Amino acid sequence: MDTNDSPAGRFIQRRQFVVTSAVVPGLWWVGVPLGWIATARATDGELKILTPEQAAILTAVARTIAPHDGLPDQAYRSVVTAIDQAAADAPTYTTLNSGLNHLGKRFASDSEQQRVRTLKSLEHSEFFRLLRSNTLQTLYSSALAYSHFGYEGEAFSKGGYLSRGFNDLTWLPDVPLEDSGPVPGQEP
Amino acid sequence: MALIANDDSNAVVIIGSGAGGGTLAHELTRRGIRVVLLEAGARQSLATFSQSPGEAFAQLTWLDRRTSTGSWTVPQDFPGMPSWTCKTVGGTTVHWTGATPRLRDWELRARTTYGEVNGTSLIDWPIEYAELEHYYELAEQRMVVTRRHGNPGLPASNHFKVMYNGAKRIGYKHVHTGYMAINSRPADDRGFCIQQGFCIQGCKTGAKWSTLYTEIPRAEATGNLDLRAQSRAVRVEHGNDGRVTGVVYRDSQGREQRQKARVVCVACNSVETTRLLLLSESARFPHGLANSTDQVGRHFCHHVAGFIWGAFDKPIHFYRGTTLAGLIEDETKHDPSRGFSGGYHLELAALDLPSLPLAGFPSTLWGRDLAFFMDHYASLAGMLINGEDLPRATNRITLNQDVKDTFGLPVANIHSDEHPNDMAMRTHAQRQGRALYESVGALRTTTSRQTPATHNLCTARMSKDPRDGVTNAYGRAHDVPNLFISDGSVLTTPGSANPTLTIVALTLRQAKHIAREMNARNL
Repeated sequence: MDTNDSPAGRFIQRRQFVVTSAVVPGLWWVGVPLGWIATARATDGELKILTPEQAAILTAVARTIAPHDGLPDQAYRSVVTAIDQAAADAPTYTTLNSGLNHLGKRFASDSEQQRVRTLKSLEHSEFFRLLRSNTLQTLYSSALAYSHFGYEGEAFSKGGYLSRGFNDLTWLPDVPLEDSGPVPGQEP
Repeated sequence: MALIANDDSNAVVIIGSGAGGGTLAHELTRRGIRVVLLEAGARQSLATFSQSPGEAFAQLTWLDRRTSTGSWTVPQDFPGMPSWTCKTVGGTTVHWTGATPRLRDWELRARTTYGEVNGTSLIDWPIEYAELEHYYELAEQRMVVTRRHGNPGLPASNHFKVMYNGAKRIGYKHVHTGYMAINSRPADDRGFCIQQGFCIQGCKTGAKWSTLYTEIPRAEATGNLDLRAQSRAVRVEHGNDGRVTGVVYRDSQGREQRQKARVVCVACNSVETTRLLLLSESARFPHGLANSTDQVGRHFCHHVAGFIWGAFDKPIHFYRGTTLAGLIEDETKHDPSRGFSGGYHLELAALDLPSLPLAGFPSTLWGRDLAFFMDHYASLAGMLINGEDLPRATNRITLNQDVKDTFGLPVANIHSDEHPNDMAMRTHAQRQGRALYESVGALRTTTSRQTPATHNLCTARMSKDPRDGVTNAYGRAHDVPNLFISDGSVLTTPGSANPTLTIVALTLRQAKHIAREMNARNL
């Protein structure tokens, strides 16, 4: 295994912020632990590592990074749960803890404009990258998000979208046949 | 399925089972040649393909560590994953989107066509287009490419309607649902496209061509193929005469195995092909196998690639339908009046909801801007730029001695500095893409930066002169008479076409050459 072989530490090497040879899905795109699957399982259960105060700051961070006014708090709490799981990795916890101390308690009650300004100044930090990527990967992968944002997901089990609206757009002219092709089952 | 003994030195060993390796295995075995096919990943099937985007990603993707450096934006946006390739039987043909445009004749003469461009290492291909064209036709027939050889095009999805109407309004003429190796009707004992929108996750109808369920089972049916999945090559060995003699690999249990070989063909996708050659250093080849001229890993190209998104106020549901079935060919030309050399394609591109913010947007997009585009998910349209980047000797894949894999071997580092030509092309394409969407009423548009490289190319490029590249016009190493490279590494220049069709065409040509040389006892 890689040099950093603690249970969660396997997934991440701190300095370069890239993932090691992980054996469970991880957020390889942006180089943080926790995978789509792992977070899909995340519920807003009890926090194991983070304090309620830290959780409140993190909720505010997630709402600043991806501010969807119509999205219930539950969605943002699942981000905090995911980060709580990531914090089992000691170096990740260190990054989180020092970042949260830097933000301070006040952050959660700051105006959005002020929160954006604060986070902007941290945009290139490992702390921000950790929070941005955890927020994005958790927030948009739940059933709640699918329904909120209008994503219907896999369609193989329903015969694809062939007869379920893949070409039901009516606000633009149709494409001539010579530049497309016949719809199976509706050949001229 | 054949069982070939590890000490059978008459076998051809192919490393990697994707577009190059999988096709080559079929082409050699059907000619009676016994092949050991080593594949690092596990074998999936239509039945086991996951339909959860995250799970499918984990099931198919090459997740072993790689690092990246350079001025390109990939180290910032995707520090954990500079390259997006597969580790599974079938290689990247399992997650590819099926786009199969051809290179143009002038793209094979890039150095001649573009002239001298400062800071590049452009050369012409050692093959004429006229010869490649024959193999393009064979490859297209084999892969059942739409809009070629009488195969109907794919039908227009909602998403394509937006692209098409926008393209026409800004004056583009050559716009259609693409040359796609995706069945628009049942063919080749495979199903047809039911517009699932899950091209990247593994196609459960098999409508999309993949060596996993075409070339490989057909090779197995010849009785001449010994496919060894979950077998990771770690070294290619050679004898005193400088000819390769076999491959050392780790089997599914992590045990070291040694397979003897008469011929070795490396088809691991450019990043791992380079790494394997460099790891195979020896007293005779102190800088890596086939690297006497210090060319292995250089001239790394990845295409000028990036997303353009348009958000509308009316529904599109772009996730419904073939992911990439839309192509604009008007910019695929060499026209220096645009301010750059070479051309690009604009291709339809959708992403599932969880992947969109991670893969589709730059790391700088967050806050209300991010929320705006995510809130418009159901009325979003997208395109991918696929343009020719220019080779530079200093853009290269090397071994990162500071970072080791599970076997203790250095991982690959991918270094790329964007050439001003690449930047000018990207800017032009982004401007055109935004104008296209605005012409049909986009509320807002945005763009990504460079996406993780799926098209890793040119790092063992074919060259007339061994000082300019790694392989000859058949993909045979200049340095080693029985070592072949059989993947996108051999492309002399990247051109503006998605590379899979070209890889298959070159492989068909290479297979014929290898069989002929083996029969003549030259190999």
